Amino acid sequence: MNTSRVQSEVSLTVNGESRHLRVYPMERLLDVLRQQLGLTGTKEGCGEGECGSCSVLMDGVLVNSCLVPILQAQGARIMTIEGLAAGPQLHALQDAFLKCGGAQCGICTPGMILAACQLLNEKPQPSLEEIREGLSGNLCRCTGYTQILEAVAEAAGRGSAR
Amino acid sequence: MSTDHIVGTSVLRKEGRDKVTGRALYIDDIRLPNMIYGATVRSSIPRGKIKKITFGQGVRWDEFVVVSAKDVPGQNCVALIVDDQPCLADGVVNHPEEPILLLAHADRHVLPKAVTAVTIEYDPMPALFSMEESEQCKEVIHGTDNTFKTYRLEKGDVDSVWAKADYIVEGEYITGAQEQLYIENNGVIASFDREHGITLWGSMQCPFYVHRALMKLCKLPESKIRVVQTETGGAFGGKEEYPSMIAGHAALLAMKSGRPVKIIYDRMEDMAATTKRHPSRTRHRTAVSKDGKILGGEIEFAVDGGAYTTLSPVVLSRGTIHAGGPYYWPHVRIRAKAVATNAPPHGAFRGFGAPQSIFAMERHMDRIAATVGISSAEVRRRNFLKSGQTTITEQTIREAIDLEKLLDRGLALADYHAKRDRFRKGNESSISKKGIGIATFLHGAGFTGSGERNLSSEVAVAGTANGGVQLLVSSTEFGQGTKTVLCQIAAEELGLRFEDVEIIQPDTSQVPNSGPTVASRTVMVVGKLVQSAARGIRQTLTASGRLREGYSWQEFREACSKYFAEYGQLLSRAGYRPPPGVFWDDENYRGEAYAAFAWAVYIAEVTVDLTTYSVTVDDFVALQEVGRVLHPVLARGQITGGVAQGIGFALYENVVWQNGRMQNGQMTNYIMPTSADLPPIRVYFEELGNEYGAFGAKGIGELPMDGPAPAIANAVEDALGLKVDSIPLLPEDLFEAMAASSPGRRESQASNGVQ
Repeated sequence: MNTSRVQSEVSLTVNGESRHLRVYPMERLLDVLRQQLGLTGTKEGCGEGECGSCSVLMDGVLVNSCLVPILQAQGARIMTIEGLAAGPQLHALQDAFLKCGGAQCGICTPGMILAACQLLNEKPQPSLEEIREGLSGNLCRCTGYTQILEAVAEAAGRGSAR
Repeated sequence: MSTDHIVGTSVLRKEGRDKVTGRALYIDDIRLPNMIYGATVRSSIPRGKIKKITFGQGVRWDEFVVVSAKDVPGQNCVALIVDDQPCLADGVVNHPEEPILLLAHADRHVLPKAVTAVTIEYDPMPALFSMEESEQCKEVIHGTDNTFKTYRLEKGDVDSVWAKADYIVEGEYITGAQEQLYIENNGVIASFDREHGITLWGSMQCPFYVHRALMKLCKLPESKIRVVQTETGGAFGGKEEYPSMIAGHAALLAMKSGRPVKIIYDRMEDMAATTKRHPSRTRHRTAVSKDGKILGGEIEFAVDGGAYTTLSPVVLSRGTIHAGGPYYWPHVRIRAKAVATNAPPHGAFRGFGAPQSIFAMERHMDRIAATVGISSAEVRRRNFLKSGQTTITEQTIREAIDLEKLLDRGLALADYHAKRDRFRKGNESSISKKGIGIATFLHGAGFTGSGERNLSSEVAVAGTANGGVQLLVSSTEFGQGTKTVLCQIAAEELGLRFEDVEIIQPDTSQVPNSGPTVASRTVMVVGKLVQSAARGIRQTLTASGRLREGYSWQEFREACSKYFAEYGQLLSRAGYRPPPGVFWDDENYRGEAYAAFAWAVYIAEVTVDLTTYSVTVDDFVALQEVGRVLHPVLARGQITGGVAQGIGFALYENVVWQNGRMQNGQMTNYIMPTSADLPPIRVYFEELGNEYGAFGAKGIGELPMDGPAPAIANAVEDALGLKVDSIPLLPEDLFEAMAASSPGRRESQASNGVQ
């Protein structure tokens, strides 16, 4: 039971804010984000690193937060979907997902947008094949991906990928 | 009306901003004060009597709330069509993973250990794991003959055709189970107090199904049950009937504990315990003339319903009515049945029986073509239903659909003839074989036959204090765009801007029963009602002299606001009325099966790699006539998403069964397509309109699930000359089929590759 386990302290930066938290060492980053910090934009789809719904950026690298024990995030910079937009203005990717039909049920969307964010950080002008490859760790059951690929291409400023 | 048209444009999804910013609240994102967490103890055997339940050592059981069948205040069932499925097993289990006990605790982390600490001893009973075992009736597990439902549909005089036939073409076609695999697992929260009764929030398609099921289970009046749909992360039919089960469990725990209870399945539990697409078997025997015309035939359609009735009779019905495809059958006899096995009940999944029977029909058309010696395109062309002809249920096609033209356009878009010739030449010298395949099909929108009349759906539109309008419907949003399109319809009807119309969260205490969000019925049927109710608002405002003809949106808002201030309410309701002259005979399955059909031509191009035996879809053309497209981006998204699921159904998604239990209930080993696996999905629409749908719309959601699998199987046959009559077609299946079809073949292909 949780109460009988020993807690540790961890410091990390989440969406630009420093956080000092008491945690159970083997808690998942996903649970700390969702339950302790109330950042429920990060979703759980499978709990074993297959679906990518829990994707966040950790020191600029896309990780499945369901596979990260919280102590591994000591000192890390974490960005979740809540931290993507600066103020009320949507990030270009969010805007493109909205316009192009990249979000249907929306449950994969936060992870998918962060995967796209990492892709564009690495390759600002990706080819359609590079987008397909770059998002292949994030599952979407609604869209058949077509409009997601188009959204990413649009955000990359390349126009439609069709 | 002063605003530009809204219907036909791609306005931004109503809840889209919340979804792309992560603010949308799904059920697991919601926490109530004092809430505890529930978990389910399930059957480990397929069938048997429960002898003894032991609560093991090492768990502080006094901290847990425990619920068994004995705690059910009302009728222990998941109320649906036939109330044969218990909410909690009472003395007997009939499938693996059947719920037996419920546990709840304030700390969700202690639940898994507690679940495994419960030991259940059984007296096992013999169980049935296939349709064939069920049909043999060596063991009777349901009724007297293991059959949930049969239909017999007869048109003309089939027995007269065999003597006239130049060819008699026979085939048997098999489809496997398929997991809906919404990315958000099933989940609910229930709370209970004596004054208000039960409030249930959850991920679901049909709030009023849950409402009815809870009334029966909890023995509470209508007013003491409130069901609220929260943002739903995908459903595809998988959240049509199952939410009534998990809602019942949470409600029982909430009633016993007096605290709010949340139950969220993890992926393995969701995949092992909840519904899947019905496995099917279809047999065709067709009399064909020498020029490839269908003279008549017999079709036997069977689905595996699993252990309880649930929706199997209705799935069987839709599969039966779609079994003849978009072709003219002068004479036909269809015998259909849903049989019982000791697997978790199979259930609703996009297409609802039609993808199964259409797979068979479309494979069979290619078999007829090969027998007669004409092309896949030609055999379809010669048999298409024409306007004025009757379907297998003797429904006269009144739409001006021209399937030959639709086919021609599809063939041109896919560059079909040139590609087929090129592939044939190229295949001679390549170890990879390319092929191209066609499926032509139809899909009926709305409930079957008298279904819509029985539902008698209602909607309401309300004017508000600030002058905007609100839609009150029980239709749910789970990605398809319900909220957006219904608001478009009302805005268009009232000459308002999109942002002047809001739609409230489906809550059974607030909205009328607009029927379930299933069967591709929402835009067509509920949309039409929304249009009609919106018209009522305008009529009230004009009749009361507050609104002139040709008003602006500002004038509407002002008039609406003033009316509201004066009377405190501005409400308009609309209820379903069947179109005049519609006839349906439920006994003989004859008459107007659907108010409208959508029509489609899908063409798949594949490469079969004969070193890995994998099949890749290289290009996919999806051309369909769907009435009017009300929102191009959302409509296209429905098609691309459905095609992707259809490709999964054909090539990737294999449920591995062992003694009635799914063995590969993880995303690691149940494989759905990723972005790297799919071809460009090219979507095209024809728009003929439809007088029964809002602004001419027909149903669209299920259609794209029907065509991909047979188009792909037909393309694989085109590539290899190998008949693919069973899906899913995994590399190992293809390897075995090829090895079986010609033992010497592999060597000769290998040498081809060397040349």
